[in-house]
Amino acid sequence: MRLSPRLTQAFVVSLLGLATAVTLVILIFVIVFILRKGLPAIDMEFLFTKPQDMGRAGGILPTIVASVLLPLIAVAIAAPLGVSTAVYLTEYTRESRVTRLIRFGADCLAGIPSILFGLFGFIFFVTILQMGWSLLSGGLTLALMILPTIIRTTEEAIRAVPNSYREVSTSLGATRFRTTAKVVLPNALPGIVTGIMLGVGRSIGETAAVIFTAGSSLRMPSSIFDSARTMSVHFYILAREGLSSEKAYGTAAVLIISVLAVNMVAYGLMNRFIRKRS
Amino acid sequence: MIRIGEKTVQRLLMAAAFSAIGGLLLIALFIFKEGLSFFIETGFRRFLFADVWDPQSGLYGIFPMLVASLWVTLGAMLLGAPLGISVAVFLVEFVPRSVMRVVKPTIELLAGIPSVVYGFIGVMVLAPFIRSTFGGPGLSLLAASFILGVMILPTIISISVDAITAVPASYREGSFALGATRWQTVRMVVLKAARSGIIASVILGMGRAVGETMAVIMVAGNAVKIPHSALDSVRTLTANIALEMGYATGRHREALFATGIVLFVVIMILNTAAGVMVRKRVSGKKG
Amino acid sequence: MEGLYSGETMGPMPVKFSIQQLSTFYGSVQALRSLSMDVATNRILGVIGPAGSGKTSFLRTLNRLNDLLPDFRVEGRVLLDGSDIYGPDTDPVLLRRRIGMVFAMPVPLPMSIYENLVYGPKLTGIRDYQRLGEIVEKSLRAAYLWDEVKDRLNLPALRLSGGQQQRLCLARTLALGPEVILLDEPSSGLDPISTARIEEALAELKSSYTIILVTNNTKQASRVADETAFFLMGELVEIGPTEKIFTAPGDSRTEDYVTGRFG
Repeated sequence: MRLSPRLTQAFVVSLLGLATAVTLVILIFVIVFILRKGLPAIDMEFLFTKPQDMGRAGGILPTIVASVLLPLIAVAIAAPLGVSTAVYLTEYTRESRVTRLIRFGADCLAGIPSILFGLFGFIFFVTILQMGWSLLSGGLTLALMILPTIIRTTEEAIRAVPNSYREVSTSLGATRFRTTAKVVLPNALPGIVTGIMLGVGRSIGETAAVIFTAGSSLRMPSSIFDSARTMSVHFYILAREGLSSEKAYGTAAVLIISVLAVNMVAYGLMNRFIRKRS
Repeated sequence: MIRIGEKTVQRLLMAAAFSAIGGLLLIALFIFKEGLSFFIETGFRRFLFADVWDPQSGLYGIFPMLVASLWVTLGAMLLGAPLGISVAVFLVEFVPRSVMRVVKPTIELLAGIPSVVYGFIGVMVLAPFIRSTFGGPGLSLLAASFILGVMILPTIISISVDAITAVPASYREGSFALGATRWQTVRMVVLKAARSGIIASVILGMGRAVGETMAVIMVAGNAVKIPHSALDSVRTLTANIALEMGYATGRHREALFATGIVLFVVIMILNTAAGVMVRKRVSGKKG
Repeated sequence: MEGLYSGETMGPMPVKFSIQQLSTFYGSVQALRSLSMDVATNRILGVIGPAGSGKTSFLRTLNRLNDLLPDFRVEGRVLLDGSDIYGPDTDPVLLRRRIGMVFAMPVPLPMSIYENLVYGPKLTGIRDYQRLGEIVEKSLRAAYLWDEVKDRLNLPALRLSGGQQQRLCLARTLALGPEVILLDEPSSGLDPISTARIEEALAELKSSYTIILVTNNTKQASRVADETAFFLMGELVEIGPTEKIFTAPGDSRTEDYVTGRFG
């Protein structure tokens, strides 16, 4: 028996629609589930006091601090490198074997699983360079991890700057450097910030690469050479060792809210940027 | 002061531009440096295809982990690929653009949910469900596949949507003009034109699934044995590294880095394949 | 200095640009074909010709803006006050400060009116506020824009009307203190009143600048240019006093073009 094309289409479209609905339901379920279980555990004490008894009681303040510091260090390293790379690729060279090599490197780096970043960071920063388990080791490792994202988004943002701006600036006697600094980068700024925010979001949520490089000390870090435990690592340890599911849910809720907030800012900026351009 | 050495600027930028590829090389270098001698001494076959992993007795066969990674990834693809591609087709072809502009970023936003959170959901919700419905320990190949399948959805959807959107409207119009329905057009024209981009999305999703660590550790059960059913507890390559790295020393640590080499090679193959697919799509558009 | 143009309506003027067998290429495509001509100081040279005749390419060769394109190549010589602008001793950045350019579509940089105007002067190292203020006022007055914007110099330049934007671009060029002004179809997107304003400004400016005006509008050339050059498919067909080009051209192709028979 053959169905008519119209009937087939109606059937297929309902299947596809069902698939979309299922996907959205699953993804939204993850968020709602964590928030419903976790939000009741969050109060001022939870956010602003130190954990006690390995995290079974008390708050998560040191892990929040670590989750702020670690992405900051990563971005402080990756942003200048990433933006410079994008500027070099777009403004200072033409397409060649070298640019293809650089892009290939960035693409491959983007695909490396975080556990390998963790292995590398552990052997290179922690052991060979003797930085130990520290915020610095973790930050350097995460910097490598988020570098491709920053390169990609910055490159796209720079390419979106109208060429006429470059011509005008050049015709007014500006060097390439001045044109880049005064006209190109300011106009690409929202896109660059988007890339950086996505990198921050990824850093906050990362666990495998962080646990082997920044360690899991629950003490409040006092310098970048101290080991520290981020919220993700703390949550992982609470959940895996079954220390306290209430605290685990609470930590997960704070974690999810921070990551989503950061990503929302990133996408919001990107959308505004795109709308401004078109 | 007017010209701050244009040449100097260019050289500095170029040096920075090599940071990404430099980082990649450093990672490769140190993982290989730590693991390669072990790999060679043990022998390719005895490392990859021996099925006993017992560091205490000096036995390092990763075959069970290799099989587990393979099955878990296949399972994840079985769920993630059809579901993700369906969503992408639906969003581009069958809903108004305004709806897509809301749904696609929402899905991409969800890509940012940390993997430990997915793992936790697996432990709290999925594993008990599997245990009570199908039996077994719950923490299993099936649970890991399902969680990974969900985790790679944003990757597959996002890249597939871009690939399908990039199909020129003229292709669709040509097909409509011949009296095809929208679905016939999608099946016969659009999917064909967007094929390499969709395949690239699936390969990249596969790369994510192979490389994912924390979520898998939490839900797969981590027993080192070759699985006989989807309900068995399994340990993947990534989980093996992460679980034992904390206390491994000497030969044991080298064995973990050698496992890292296997993972690195697999990922590079997948990345290159995806890259080839993406380039094919770009050159195909020009031609 | 042979080849000085000396017409009936004007005395000989010193040569600003001497262009000798200039050919330009974009990759394998040739844009200009062995062009030779002189451009007199403190005059307006109109360059006319149909689309694709190489007029814009010609302008962008004079201030080396084509250098931005990766596969651009030039043959022949372009002498500015006797020295080759493509010679090894010429710094293109310094050259462009001597040769201002106004583009076909007004392109205000996305900053305030004031910042647009001081962009060039600041690049040359002028930091003194009073001095910058003087430059701003002088250039705006010369571009007939001062009265319209003097109270809102901090307004984003993109808020101005199209005609105002183009005059701002002219003022921005003047603020550089250039010797030469290149204009690339500056009124192609403007209404007749704005166009008249620009032309008025140009007539005033030629006493102190050498002006090269590329235009699609032959009437505009006949109104403002002292001399006119006619380009066709990358070649210079004819150059001479504007009156002669429009009334008694030496080449039949020129005649066909100015009388509107083609192009």
